[in-house]
Amino acid sequence: MKHFSIVSILVILLTVIAYFFLQSVGLLPTQASSQAIIIDQLFDIHIGIISFLFSLIVVFIGYSFIVFRRNKLLPDEEGQHITGSSKLEIVWTLFPLAVVIFISYLGAISLAETRKIDPQALEIKVTGGQWYWSFDYPDYGITSDVLYLPVDRQVKLSLTSMDVIHSFWVPEFRVKQDVLPGENLVKELRFTPIETGDFMVLCAELCGGAHAYMNSPVKVVTDGEFQDWIDEELGNFPQDPESLGERLAKNNGCFGCHSVDGNDGVGPTWKGLFGSEKTLVSGEKIMVDEEYLYEAIVNPNSQIVLGFPANVMAQNYSELFTDEDLNNMIAFIKSLE
Amino acid sequence: MKSFISTGIVKGILYQIIGSFIGAGILGGIRALMGLSWKTEPAIVLGGLVGAIAFIVGVGAFKDWWKMALGEDVTEASEVVGEQGFRRYFGFSLDHKVIGIQYGILSMVLLVLGGSLALIFRIELAQSGLQILNFVQFNTLVGLHGMVLIASILMGIAAMSNYVIPLLIGAEDMAFPRLNAFSFWIAVPASIILMSSMFFGGFETGWTAYPPLSVRGPMGIQMFFLGVFIVGWSSILGALNLIATILTMRTKGMGLFKMPIFAWSVLATSIISLTATQLIGLSFQLVMFERLLDMSFFTPTDGGNPILFQHLFWFYSHPAVYIFVLPGLGIISELLPVFVRKPLFGYKWVAMSSMGIALTGFLVWGHHMFTAGIEEYLRVPFMYSTLLVAVPTGVKFFSWVATIWQGKARFPVPMLFVLGGIIVFLLGGLTGPPGGTVSTDLHLHDTYYIVGHFHNTMFGGFIFPIFAAIYYWYPKITGRRMSETLGKIHFYLMTPSFFLMTFGQMRIGLLGMRRRIADYDPAMGFDFTQLLITIGGYLIALSILVFFYNLIVSNKKGELAPGNVWNSRSPEWDILPSPAPAHNYAGIHFNVVGEPYDYGLKGSKYVELAQNAGERKENDE
Repeated sequence: MKHFSIVSILVILLTVIAYFFLQSVGLLPTQASSQAIIIDQLFDIHIGIISFLFSLIVVFIGYSFIVFRRNKLLPDEEGQHITGSSKLEIVWTLFPLAVVIFISYLGAISLAETRKIDPQALEIKVTGGQWYWSFDYPDYGITSDVLYLPVDRQVKLSLTSMDVIHSFWVPEFRVKQDVLPGENLVKELRFTPIETGDFMVLCAELCGGAHAYMNSPVKVVTDGEFQDWIDEELGNFPQDPESLGERLAKNNGCFGCHSVDGNDGVGPTWKGLFGSEKTLVSGEKIMVDEEYLYEAIVNPNSQIVLGFPANVMAQNYSELFTDEDLNNMIAFIKSLE
Repeated sequence: MKSFISTGIVKGILYQIIGSFIGAGILGGIRALMGLSWKTEPAIVLGGLVGAIAFIVGVGAFKDWWKMALGEDVTEASEVVGEQGFRRYFGFSLDHKVIGIQYGILSMVLLVLGGSLALIFRIELAQSGLQILNFVQFNTLVGLHGMVLIASILMGIAAMSNYVIPLLIGAEDMAFPRLNAFSFWIAVPASIILMSSMFFGGFETGWTAYPPLSVRGPMGIQMFFLGVFIVGWSSILGALNLIATILTMRTKGMGLFKMPIFAWSVLATSIISLTATQLIGLSFQLVMFERLLDMSFFTPTDGGNPILFQHLFWFYSHPAVYIFVLPGLGIISELLPVFVRKPLFGYKWVAMSSMGIALTGFLVWGHHMFTAGIEEYLRVPFMYSTLLVAVPTGVKFFSWVATIWQGKARFPVPMLFVLGGIIVFLLGGLTGPPGGTVSTDLHLHDTYYIVGHFHNTMFGGFIFPIFAAIYYWYPKITGRRMSETLGKIHFYLMTPSFFLMTFGQMRIGLLGMRRRIADYDPAMGFDFTQLLITIGGYLIALSILVFFYNLIVSNKKGELAPGNVWNSRSPEWDILPSPAPAHNYAGIHFNVVGEPYDYGLKGSKYVELAQNAGERKENDE
């Protein structure tokens, strides 16, 4: 019995030390959503359990090795002949069983808490594609490549993908949801930002190529600032074709593959593209003019430039864009000579 | 030169190369006859398949079956006298011990290959920015690192089971020696095909190969699919063989609850392999067909569903985790009593916990999909079932602790690796539940935390135990011991390096480091930790070099160990000399007269030679 008392004290001691150590090193990013607070409470319980079980096993093993070590004078000393105890086995089957059921119950409560619905939530449509994010605000008719969010108001994201599976994750908000292609697979994610500041939405599901760079800024702002941004987006920008084309390109993720600084990405750079001569995969040499650009946007696989992969660009821009949109876009590319 | 070419493996590879060209040529020919142009992707798939079969023909695995099909006589497996000496490991053999070593060699080769792939991309990750790799190369390396090591683990557990199980249960060989040889040899061309994916453009999907990405990317993915598909045959047939062997070939008097405990864990593992492997093969085959034949199972724009793939994939790939770790945990349970000189605490409970893990393992695959967009009502039940796995796993841990308690421990190298395995697997187990409860998993999913967690389970459940097993059974194989000093250097270098690596991974994962990214934002402040992880990885590699040096040198120069070096009660140590003779217990009759682990009970024995024990000597002369 003496041994068990000492071991119990040591287990409690190590548990406390381990728990406070793990608490003090700052394991998680800041809590920037109300969901983060709920989730971190569950993390806290987990950390407690991990500290206890780790201490339990390690202390028992360590103590036994030290205290019951072999007598140097009796090199062939054997241990005691103890083959088992059904009582103990039943205890350490049933007790953990009760604990895991209880933890699962807490987990279910925690999940339900994070999913509480606010009917007043701000709706945003999120589109992921290789390799960009685009955010639609249907209430305001705005499309943006930066996720602007008013603080302390729940947002309801409807997520869909243009191509492969992506995943929406802002570490400071804790919650994550895969973004699937397909009209019938639009997924929903709700959270309430509680801290103003700049964050990043990261794509968490391997989506090929530039997956590492599929990040977009998230700005959580006050109600007033949010309203200012809406006003600015709605009216206050130049209406000439080049600027309209640039906005269109920005909001549809074109810059994920096409740069405007002269460096080729997954697709050819747009700087100096217009009027240049390109060799196609077919070996044909062409001059980049309005007609080629139009064709290359609506039917991208028809005339792939040598050295660039086919089947990367979406094939449905003719449905997505009006002819006016396309002309604006071409005007923008033209302006980058 | 001639004898070199006639070596099984060389002949097999030559046949595979020729077969691959023939397969590709047939497809190209048919297309040409139909007036279609050359298409590489279907050609390499058919080429790969024909090549694998050609390898098997070349190595000679079909020869006896072919004879049987023609009605000709073949020699009974137990009467075949195979080649002797070192060469036998490189050709077709029916001896389970030779096949066990062959599996072991393949496992170690794949371990080195898979580990080296990680060493390459760890350089890329040691600092932010892109330095030496492009995206496709990075993704290919990450994906192959995963799958090559999975293959290495499957080969490793097959090595342990094949070599040890017949010895432990007193059998002369496996139940189906020819099938056993086939199971091994098919894995060789499969591994070659898997590695060849690098040379066909690589693939972008990681080892999980989720569509639609895997439907779109470079065609290296086809070789990846085909390689895994064929490794699956090896796994399924090997499992079938082990189940038959354990159930029907135990020596007289060895009831199921008197088997050495390792046999229980192998039985549990084999049941999973036999029944779940089909699902990964099937899911990969469907994507292959989707790419080759334009069928649409998983692409939503054509009416498919990408979530369906994930269900099929994880229905194997989660239980697969238990395939990987159960034999390792069995090694821990097997070796612990020998080194603490105390009976295994609660033998029946430990045996049943393996079966319990195997059973619950089938019910938990959904926890890989908590964020995937599965139906809402599925997430909570999968959380309950996932955490249930903790119960049988807990039984194992508590039983180990109770075995150690008041034991008179010795600490030779195998015991060190057993203890390392217990602690590392403990960390792997304890870091699991935060990923098992849904809301915390929403944060952890697809981060380096998960990477750290599963490296703990794989090292604790496989890497440490297989090293323990190699150090422990090496004298049985060669008649010599591996160097204790080098073994200790291996252990004391690998263990802290592993902790450095895995704690680093979990730390940055919690803070927001995503899995499978070639570059990360320096603003997140991960550079230093990433460098430490890389250093940890390289130190592990260094320690494994020490291990290989020890492994090779000890074969010639190790201390002679003809007898029961570990003072074990197990029949392969207690009865057989080292190295183990060709047909194991042929001619030796032994009776099971006690419990397998009654250490500390004076005068008791597990097995005892029967009266006519002298027979063997006469036979040998």
